[in-house]
Amino acid sequence: MSFDRRPFEARGLLVVPGFIDLHAHLREPGFEESETIATGARAALRGGFTTVCAMPNTEPAIDAPGLVAQVVARAASAAGARVLPIAAITRGRRGAELCDLVELAAAGAVAFSDDGAPVSDAGLFRHALEYSRIAGALIVEHPQDLSLSAKGVMHEGSVSAELGLAGMPAAAEEAAVARDLALVKLAGARLHLTHLSTAGSVELVRRAKAEGVAVTCDVTPHHLSLTDEWVAGSRTFAWERAERNRAMPYDANTKVNPPLRSRADVRALWAGIADGTVDAIATDHAPHASIRKEVEFDQAAFGISGLETALPLVLGGVRAGWASWDAVLAALTTGPARVLGVPPPKDDWIVIDADAEWTLDGEALISKGKNTPLLGAKLTGRVVEVAVDGDLKLNEGHAAEAVGAR
Amino acid sequence: MRRALARIGHEIVERDRDLSRLAIVGIRARGDALAARLCETIRANEGVEIPLGAIDITLYRDDLTRVGYAPVVRESAIPFSVDDRVLVLVDDVLFTGRTIRAAMDALVDYGRPRAIRLAVLVDRGHRELPIRADFVGKNVPTAIDDDVRVHLVEVDGRDEVELVKAEVPV
Amino acid sequence: MNPQWSRRHVLDTDDWSRAEIETVLDQSRAMVEVLSRPIRRAPALRGRTVILFFAEASTRTRVSFELAAKALSADVTNITATGSSLEKGESLYDTARTLEALGGDVLVMRHASSGAPYFVARRTSAAVINAGDGTHAHPSQGLLDAFTLREALGDLEGKRIAIVGDILHSRVARSDIHTLVPLGARITLSGPPTLVPAAWRCGQPPSGVTYEPDVDRALDGADAAIVLRLQRERQQAGLLPSLREYSRVWGIDVGRMGRMRAGAPVMHPGPMNEGVEIDAAVAHGSRSLIEKQVTNGVAVRMALLYLLAAGSAALLEDRA
Repeated sequence: MSFDRRPFEARGLLVVPGFIDLHAHLREPGFEESETIATGARAALRGGFTTVCAMPNTEPAIDAPGLVAQVVARAASAAGARVLPIAAITRGRRGAELCDLVELAAAGAVAFSDDGAPVSDAGLFRHALEYSRIAGALIVEHPQDLSLSAKGVMHEGSVSAELGLAGMPAAAEEAAVARDLALVKLAGARLHLTHLSTAGSVELVRRAKAEGVAVTCDVTPHHLSLTDEWVAGSRTFAWERAERNRAMPYDANTKVNPPLRSRADVRALWAGIADGTVDAIATDHAPHASIRKEVEFDQAAFGISGLETALPLVLGGVRAGWASWDAVLAALTTGPARVLGVPPPKDDWIVIDADAEWTLDGEALISKGKNTPLLGAKLTGRVVEVAVDGDLKLNEGHAAEAVGAR
Repeated sequence: MRRALARIGHEIVERDRDLSRLAIVGIRARGDALAARLCETIRANEGVEIPLGAIDITLYRDDLTRVGYAPVVRESAIPFSVDDRVLVLVDDVLFTGRTIRAAMDALVDYGRPRAIRLAVLVDRGHRELPIRADFVGKNVPTAIDDDVRVHLVEVDGRDEVELVKAEVPV
Repeated sequence: MNPQWSRRHVLDTDDWSRAEIETVLDQSRAMVEVLSRPIRRAPALRGRTVILFFAEASTRTRVSFELAAKALSADVTNITATGSSLEKGESLYDTARTLEALGGDVLVMRHASSGAPYFVARRTSAAVINAGDGTHAHPSQGLLDAFTLREALGDLEGKRIAIVGDILHSRVARSDIHTLVPLGARITLSGPPTLVPAAWRCGQPPSGVTYEPDVDRALDGADAAIVLRLQRERQQAGLLPSLREYSRVWGIDVGRMGRMRAGAPVMHPGPMNEGVEIDAAVAHGSRSLIEKQVTNGVAVRMALLYLLAAGSAALLEDRA
């Protein structure tokens, strides 16, 4: 059965190819209280993602072919988005020994990453890059110099100074990006840098691309819309007029790594989307059970549950004129497909009501992770229908009502 | 008002001939102004400087946890030892007696006076505690819901005693 | 005075108006007088319960709050880190629920994590006073420093106060800034660059604040100095070469005191490391307000407890 877009377009809705997320944490196996492959894959659909790459920082980490196969099997029965497993670069993500990259790729791993635990040993990372060439594998790196980010829990700047929270300077990311770019050149390999968050990182990648270095990168919807002022309690989007409103400081749902940065950084990420420096928008969906967030700010886990709010966040920047819808759409579809080196799925479609206004209610989230600072926020833009391989997936419940209401 | 205060000044002196042990303490925020006037009257008539103090009773109110807000606490000033003194407490209006009870509790935190007497400009009746004024400027019969407002130059810019009758429901 | 107060909690003074700060300082003056009486106890908070929840070691601040609560006749319950289940791994969430069930009217809390009082305030109906959270704020200290400085210097409008030492980790410095600047004072921060937030050194200091790396220049003509405690752990963390060098470069001695305006006072939140950040002759000299700070601390905390516990929300002029 093929997807028929005409009834939706007749209602004035937007029909576009399904989004591809290069970076999501589905938490299974090991952290099923936070998310499962099934809930994550369904949450992905709710957000318009028909393909989602699952990060390997599970328990155990996805570092053996059997574990990759398990993720693939779980995903097949999930009745959600297509799930593509990413495997670890090093065994147990401990940053010491390389995994069997060729065998992992053969089992179905589409990329390799020690996300969350960047490979600090530059020598080992060089070898991973070199070796990845024969496996035809994509290395996805979370750039962070751990000695600089140290015990930081938010972006280092005037806001962290006022809140008395340890900061992670922009340089912690930029120093790692610079190192990684140097190693890519040395290894003659290709690298994908994930969730870049600073103006300096984007500039480094822009220059490297100009030099012909084989690097790609993604940014997240939350880094495209929220600033470090959110940690201080502001709930003003980056494109809204900044006002000092600190109603709810120290909300652990604003704690994410890399941290929410300054407004200038947000603008630079958008400039990167506009000029093609940024290849993809990836959610870094990081669901957590409430017990890991209902604690002191410095004790809380890093991460924002992001699959179901990506669209309204990126639409905000489009409305502000910070990048074109075409550029944003490419970063959600053809861009990530190109990063993965696969053609975009032919019959994955989503239907968007770009003007739908809604208020985010944590209980209404499909993801088990209710950890988003957007709880209670008024959002504009919503996915109202999704088709994977031509089959409608959301035509039930409130989604159908939302369509019918128009 | 001036005549009433002059009379009270006389009565205080008549009552306690030993002026060396006398002190006058006004209850903020209007009794203290009246107390200062009484001191001045006695100084003018007797040539004696009576020690003057002011006490704020806010922290001693028995309705603090019931009024639903925190009344402003003013600074008390008792620049003398109260031990073995005859203290004349001064307030503008004597009504339920609760303010006087609070003031007496506050005063005994400063020591053990020989006696505490009470002078008020207006006694409007309706006592809720066994308290009686020793010196009264004027007895004003009132209904319980009426309001007696004393305005003083020092606080309000004019001297006036105003009886505000309670609104009678039609 | 036109009193202004409608706070439910005292978590930080960063959003307080000058009128609110002055209201607390004026109420504190009345409390100083209460403390001067032979019987230092007024019945205002009889029947009210103040819970002192100190999840981080502190004697001075806890005792100060305890004396303040008792001077207003409140019932006081102590929950210290060693005495509570925190050490058994009970979460702050559970603790907040338990404190809520205990039903205190005011919860005074100290905690090692910045922002922890906000966490608890959102989960309890008690009024919460932040008695120091991590490296964030210590509002009652900021208020008592302002009170003490106003007693010594009068109006703080245009006065220049030097704050010297480990600014980065100092909740006292942050609260002093947020209390003194609204009263018209200008602040000069001075301390090792490793112990001053980079944003404050490099062009983004808070309003009314400047950074001067040279402590002698920071003190030149200052109207007062606040010297901060240097935690010895900073040396182990690689932020300082040695305490000896710190003392030589940043320590406040009699010679440095001479750079300030004649008679300008010195303060310290305590406990002091004499011979490190402050010389004993300065700490115990005639220009030291350090003991005054301790006495005033009780009065300022009485004012805060009174304002939070006596009323439900507002301070009002009353004709009664």
